[in-house]
Amino acid sequence: MAENQRTIEIEVLRYHPEKDKAPYQQVFQVPFTDDMSVLQGVQYIKDYLDGSLSFRWSCRMAICGSCGMMINGKPSLSCETFLRDYYPARVRVEALAHFPIERDLVINMEGFIEKLESIQPYIIPREARTLAQGEYLQTPEQLNVYEQFSSCINCMLCYAACPQFGLNPAFIGPGAMALLHRYNVDSRDGGKAERMELVASEEGVFHCTAVGYCSEVCPKHVDPANAVNQNKTNAAADYFLRFLAPKGGAK
Amino acid sequence: MKAIRKRSNAPIFWALFGAGGMLSALLGPMLVFITGIAVPLGLLLPADTMSYANMLAFSQNLIGKGFIFAVIALFLWHAAHRIFHSLHDIGIHAGTAAKLICYGGAMLGTLIAAYALLAIGF
Repeated sequence: MAENQRTIEIEVLRYHPEKDKAPYQQVFQVPFTDDMSVLQGVQYIKDYLDGSLSFRWSCRMAICGSCGMMINGKPSLSCETFLRDYYPARVRVEALAHFPIERDLVINMEGFIEKLESIQPYIIPREARTLAQGEYLQTPEQLNVYEQFSSCINCMLCYAACPQFGLNPAFIGPGAMALLHRYNVDSRDGGKAERMELVASEEGVFHCTAVGYCSEVCPKHVDPANAVNQNKTNAAADYFLRFLAPKGGAK
Repeated sequence: MKAIRKRSNAPIFWALFGAGGMLSALLGPMLVFITGIAVPLGLLLPADTMSYANMLAFSQNLIGKGFIFAVIALFLWHAAHRIFHSLHDIGIHAGTAAKLICYGGAMLGTLIAAYALLAIGF
């Protein structure tokens, strides 16, 4: 192993709001092996070079969605991005774009959590069922309609990728909209009318200009751009047809 | 905790944008070819295809009128929406002013087209 070890330069964005006037870059020399991820690189920095470096991580296997960072300017999960792919060049690691920085690579995700709550990300049963009536049954076709959208791990890479969220943080954004869609098109769910109010609102889908970068950076192959744009059609139909439907849409 | 949300009026502009986009994608290249290349160069089409008499008859026909109106108005609404959002993308957030200029321009063009088509008679 020792003979495979090389040294790569990792440039990290540092920011300690109580002490620093502005974020700045700091370069570390990090020994690495072929199997080391960028996350392991910053962990090496914290363990051996500078214990004050702050970043979020947990599972190390692209399941938890904690370790999202801008790596060479691209929103990525640092646990599944490998140092060997950048060597011998320097790799640049920064906090996720478009979010306020709490410290170093840790962003403030409060706005996202509020959005997540606002979409009511749980099944609102179409009809009340007693235990005796048994489970909800669903055909494979009904599962297919929403399954890919249920893979979201809330890593917020799509928000760091979205230029419209960058320009206006009030925009509901790709991730929350993909999850909203996941519940709206679930055959067991009856909460669509409530959620459509958000879709059709001024913070809703129409901020999107169909850039599609959100879907490109998604580590779980969810297609949030598709969810957003399907809901433009839904919101437009709701807008024009609401006068025809007896219980139609939002106010 | 649930905030009262204002319904966006974007569907009106988005629908016009979508209709104009569809129409321009389907008809735009063909119209450029006929009016800008084939007729001036005398290719493929009869020499008098776009003669005054032919064009007048076309615009006096109800279907021809509808075609001309749809092409002018929807292309304009499509362009207005695209320009408005592109301004935002490149960092010009002129808000209401940009909205008025973009969509106002499209509205003005639509009204002029409607007036001209009616004035030319049936």
